[in-house]
Amino acid sequence: MSLRSRLPARREPARGAVAGPALLAGATLLGIGLALYWRNRFDGRGSRDSAPGHTARRSRFGGYTVIGRSVTIHADRGSLYDQWRDFGNLPRFMENVKAVRTEGDVSTWTIAAPRGSVTVKTRIVSDRPGEEIAWRSTEDSDIDTEGKVSFRDAPGGRGTVVEARIAYRQPGGAVGRGAAFLTGTDPRQQARRDLKRFKMLMETGEVTSSRLR
Amino acid sequence: MRALTYHSKHDVRVDTVPDPELVNPRDAIIEVTATAICGSDLHLYDGVIPGVMSGDILGHEFMGRVVDAGPGSTLEKGQRVVVPFTISCGQCFHCLRAQYSACDNSNPAENQDLTEPLYGQALSGLFGYSHLTGGYPGGQAEYVRVPYSDIGPIVIPDGLEDEEVLFLSDILPTGWMAADNCDIEPGDTVAVWGCGPVGLFAIQSAKLMGAAEVIAIDHYPNRLDLARKLGAKVIDYRTTRVLEALTEMTGGIGPDAVIDAVGMESHGLAPDNIADTVKQKVGFGADRGHALREAIMACRKGGRVSMPGVYGGFLDKFPLGAFMEKGLQMRTGQTHVQKYSKDLLHRIREGEIDTTFLISHRLPLEQAAEGYANFHSNQDDWTKVVLRP
Repeated sequence: MSLRSRLPARREPARGAVAGPALLAGATLLGIGLALYWRNRFDGRGSRDSAPGHTARRSRFGGYTVIGRSVTIHADRGSLYDQWRDFGNLPRFMENVKAVRTEGDVSTWTIAAPRGSVTVKTRIVSDRPGEEIAWRSTEDSDIDTEGKVSFRDAPGGRGTVVEARIAYRQPGGAVGRGAAFLTGTDPRQQARRDLKRFKMLMETGEVTSSRLR
Repeated sequence: MRALTYHSKHDVRVDTVPDPELVNPRDAIIEVTATAICGSDLHLYDGVIPGVMSGDILGHEFMGRVVDAGPGSTLEKGQRVVVPFTISCGQCFHCLRAQYSACDNSNPAENQDLTEPLYGQALSGLFGYSHLTGGYPGGQAEYVRVPYSDIGPIVIPDGLEDEEVLFLSDILPTGWMAADNCDIEPGDTVAVWGCGPVGLFAIQSAKLMGAAEVIAIDHYPNRLDLARKLGAKVIDYRTTRVLEALTEMTGGIGPDAVIDAVGMESHGLAPDNIADTVKQKVGFGADRGHALREAIMACRKGGRVSMPGVYGGFLDKFPLGAFMEKGLQMRTGQTHVQKYSKDLLHRIREGEIDTTFLISHRLPLEQAAEGYANFHSNQDDWTKVVLRP
């Protein structure tokens, strides 16, 4: 006996009596589903998962591009905070930061750019020793940006999780973003490299290089 | 200095390049006294590893004498050392857990961009093995700059010849870890695919770890002879149906552990291997995995799969069903050389392990290109080439 002949014969429903309401219910469910999907898909900050905001599929918020990156470093919060708080140390591990000069409460960053360099002026807006440093650009800065680096204990004695978050308005809009990517000055890539170099420096005492000499 | 450099597929040459110098405090400069061509160098030679550039100095099996050491190095001028092919900082999460080949810090940050999207996390640094693993100038040269020289190099005591200890740099610990990854228990049968240097050292190691029987699979008569001399039973896959033979040689059970010491350039005319070869040649980033597929099919239920063979890309027709339904476990990875160096050096001194039987040819560094060509085209007679600068 074939498998098909063992299946019960399909019964034809009384058309109209069932199909109408079923169609309506189906369409309503589909509508609700789509609405929920739409909301989660495009309301980046509104989604209720536990992931950090900078991992949202949407990466620009009100004209700002937001990037972030974490790294776990086998060192205590205090020494990592101290190293970072002295902005003069940053060029040791930040590839594109040529110099940081601080006068009063304003720091002036000289940052390598595809043509020459740009100057960013920032002011500290939050400073909690061993926990967090946040800064925001001043009115007369070349680039409109704000950033934060936070330090928290990693689980299992692994050291400290260092998380950097930066929001900025890319000069030149979409064209500028494309150019930055192509010239290797994409801030996302820079943040990733810089945090890895910070880790190298703090764990091994040197920034790794494969140079022959 | 003189060094073997990559020019293009099947074109390597000994060129004059600048001498290395100390860059970081923990560096040392080694004057190479002996270096070898590794089977995995042939993957570079064949152009199947991406990220190799013209002018790159190859070689990751080398030893020599310390001629300069930075203030952070623990080495002293004049010491003889063997240098692990894996570069490890000794202080990151992985190094602290003896997972030296997973070091977070040894690959320069700008080179990590290449492998993070490819593998999920960035690879560690290796000597002379493409820019994916750091772009470090390799050891087939007169001099090498060795980073983190306080962690990697092992100092060799007087009374041991270069050839007795050179293979501590890679293939001996790699064969040892391959066997270690099998969790061998008394009475176990271990099957090893590939009787190249790593396969042969895996056979030797499995025996020392108490395997009752080791069965080696290859097709080169000379290599099968070497395996037999180490006490293995052998299967020539050209004349024997491998799966059936392994089942019969293990009383219908299958080997307790299997080792794929072949890697991404599997030989043979099996249908899956022909398809893989075509894909690899047209550049699909495909690996040739015939040996691995066969090893998984052969392995007994609840058995262990150890994979020292090198892979870089993707594999299809992976016998995932057999792997799951039989409840297999797999362990693999680049070798955590530093974890094994001391113990293996001790075993060499005690005469428990001999590595010199492997060396078939000795050439001056100047003839390195000839060594590559022959090692590549005549694998039966050319089992291992040692170069002397």
